[in-house]
Amino acid sequence: MDLNFTPEEDAFRAEVRSFLKDNLSEELATKVRNGEELGKADIESWHATLQSRNWLAATWPVEYGGPGWNAVQRHIFDEECCLANAPRIVPFGLGMLGPVLIKFGTEKQKADILPRILDGSDWWCQGYSEPGAGSDLASLKTRAIREGDDYIINGQKTWTTLGQYADKIFCLVRTSTEGKRQEGISFVLVDIKTPGIEVRPIKLIEGGYEVNEVFFSDVRVPVSNLVGVENEGWTIAKFLLTHERTGIAGVGASTQALHELKALARKLKRRGKPLIEDPLFAARIAEAEIDLEALRMTNLRVLVDASGGAASNTIASMLKIKGTVIRQNLDDLARRALGPAAAPFPMEALAGNLAVAPPEAAASAASYFNNRKLSIFGGSNEIQRNIIAKDIFGA
Amino acid sequence: MNFNQTDDRRMISDSLRRYLADQYPVEHRIKIAYDAPFHDAKKWGELAELGILGALVSEDQGGFGGEGFDIAIVFEEFGRTLCPEPMLGNLMGLRLYAAFGQSDKVDAIIAGTARTALAVFEAEAFTDTSEIATSATQSGENWTLSGRKSLVYGGHAADTLLVAARTPAGKIGLFEIEAKAADIHSYAMIDGGGAAEVGLDNVSAKCLSGDAGETIEAALDAGRLALCAEAVGAMDVLKEMTKDYLMQRQQFGRPIATFQALQHRLVDLSIEIEQARSITIHAAGAVDTPGRALAVAKAKNLIGRAGKLVAEEAVQMHGGIGMTWEYAGSHYAKRLTMIDAQLGDKEDQLRRVMELMSA
Ligand SMILES: Cc1cc2nc3c(=O)[nH]c(=O)nc-3n(C[C@H](O)[C@H](O)[C@H](O)COP(=O)(O)OP(=O)(O)OC[C@H]3O[C@@H](n4cnc5c(N)ncnc54)[C@H](O)[C@@H]3O)c2cc1C
Repeated sequence: MDLNFTPEEDAFRAEVRSFLKDNLSEELATKVRNGEELGKADIESWHATLQSRNWLAATWPVEYGGPGWNAVQRHIFDEECCLANAPRIVPFGLGMLGPVLIKFGTEKQKADILPRILDGSDWWCQGYSEPGAGSDLASLKTRAIREGDDYIINGQKTWTTLGQYADKIFCLVRTSTEGKRQEGISFVLVDIKTPGIEVRPIKLIEGGYEVNEVFFSDVRVPVSNLVGVENEGWTIAKFLLTHERTGIAGVGASTQALHELKALARKLKRRGKPLIEDPLFAARIAEAEIDLEALRMTNLRVLVDASGGAASNTIASMLKIKGTVIRQNLDDLARRALGPAAAPFPMEALAGNLAVAPPEAAASAASYFNNRKLSIFGGSNEIQRNIIAKDIFGA
Repeated sequence: MNFNQTDDRRMISDSLRRYLADQYPVEHRIKIAYDAPFHDAKKWGELAELGILGALVSEDQGGFGGEGFDIAIVFEEFGRTLCPEPMLGNLMGLRLYAAFGQSDKVDAIIAGTARTALAVFEAEAFTDTSEIATSATQSGENWTLSGRKSLVYGGHAADTLLVAARTPAGKIGLFEIEAKAADIHSYAMIDGGGAAEVGLDNVSAKCLSGDAGETIEAALDAGRLALCAEAVGAMDVLKEMTKDYLMQRQQFGRPIATFQALQHRLVDLSIEIEQARSITIHAAGAVDTPGRALAVAKAKNLIGRAGKLVAEEAVQMHGGIGMTWEYAGSHYAKRLTMIDAQLGDKEDQLRRVMELMSA
């Protein structure tokens, strides 16, 4: 066993770090650190910065404009970005649709669409979930009926993250009601400006706006927008879900959250002493650090294994469960570090300069509530347990 | 032993329950709780008419209740509807006015014609009155206060404030000021309802007591008991909502309530809620006894743990719906989470229990 990174990997880390130092503005990093909602322009400009170095599409092979990194390099890149408080890369075009097209798309689809993802011409969002189809995705009902060279789509998608900024949406739609439910699903690309589409905002628990409902009524989409084979979209959906799970452990983000938590506990005073000297609170931080240390190692074990092949479903599910629970615990601790000062609505408190909490922590409660989503989306933690149980019991 | 409520209390809690269900349907609550003035000011007089405020102090102090069980029934009903009226600040203020014999003020508050709030904590003194830095200065008969008070619950809707401040003798005194005389900035809290930052720059004050530390602690414990009862009410409702949702939501061709993995989790919530109810009853029975501090600290610790569990599990078992503003359950979850942070969280209470245990 050798638990060290290779000299090449260390050099790569140094290169990423110095790039971030030179190219990530203080202003943007501060927004990310303070948990402020990022606008479209913030995200687009950060994507463009990464693309200028060819580092935007971390999972894409070189021939399609990616950096051609292996899993360990991607991990190092992600970790450094998190530690520098870089904005998270919006994954729908880059991490999801890109790999799907590279595997299932026609040459024309790849040539038309991939460059526009890289240069930011198209913002994509993910249209999978429906009001009646969440964990049970295969029960989706949004219907696409063929009429000449078009599909006519009717139905509704929901929980569409950042759909308010999107130009395009990739959808799972039902093209057949025969046979098994999984067999009548197709993967279709839709321009969100097509007549008949309406995007409505959903306000989340903490008051933020990042998800939407998307309604389709008689939306006409050319059949050439089908990806892969009609009625075989489920294969793509499953492929995409495994992609969605790489990096799902969120080790980089949790490492940064732990740093911030410690800094906060050093800064805040309780009973005349820094909070970090309070044995009860310090014990909670220490436990979180222990859990994260183990997760880091599990994640690396998987990454190094996966460099040769795909990580098993079970391990990916384990990383998802443990990674989200650890992150949620860190958010909980940051909120609790503030005591009652976590309560004021962050934007009001900051605007009126009333915050009792330091600015970088004023949104702690909001982030805590918002990140309850982590154990719900991307396959809920219960669904992940079902996957692991199947593996253990072989049923 | 007898765990039944007296008829008088049952009448109050029944009429309050009906009133709140009628006047604070959850959509209305969500509409008013997050925008200034963060409550429905017109309703205060009606609540007073129902006898809610009188129930919070004893007969010889001008009210007609005042025991722990009286406090608990009122706040449990508040918890059931997430009522955002600033009752917590008035409870603590009322008990302090009563303790220091201010019968005019007690009468006015009970009648609903005046409102008050207790300003104790500061940015670096959130759990413990011993760290209070706000100072009281005396010149002749006149007192003035300087400092800043944070997270004053109900401070946005009070006519007078009761302020804990350090006296020249180094004691914690209790002072009354006109709210108008202070620099008050109010805001919504993330779980709804209002609070205020209170700036004090040589504000003239009336001294109610030059050594009020113990009495203030007792009022804070009454407030902690109230929060425990409020949490029990909110937990009951959120658990019911979750049960209903599990029975109604279909995935994989059947109600998700049929998945045993989820059933067991709802069962665990039910067990913790009964524990929460029991420890709250225990604390209610102890508020006027020497065991007050220990009993209340135990209750608030357990409530903090149970509230977080119920909130997190309810959101999780609802899936995406539980994450939305529009769904009432998310507001119950926020309230249950943030109750822990008020008047000392579960860790603060644990510390108190550890100290009192070994004393
Ligand atoms: C903030 C946010 C952003 C999202 N972004 C997107 C997006 O961009 N695009 C998109 O398509 N979707 C998105 N989603 C949707 C997400 O994938 C779904 O919420 C998720 O699949 C769960 O589905 P559901 O909400 O319908 O819950 P349900 O499936 O109704 O589940 C409710 C509860 O039952 C549990 N449960 C269900 N089945 C079982 C079972 N068999 N055994 C045990 N427990 C079970 C679940 O774990 C959950 O706790 C997003 C969701 C959120 C909250």
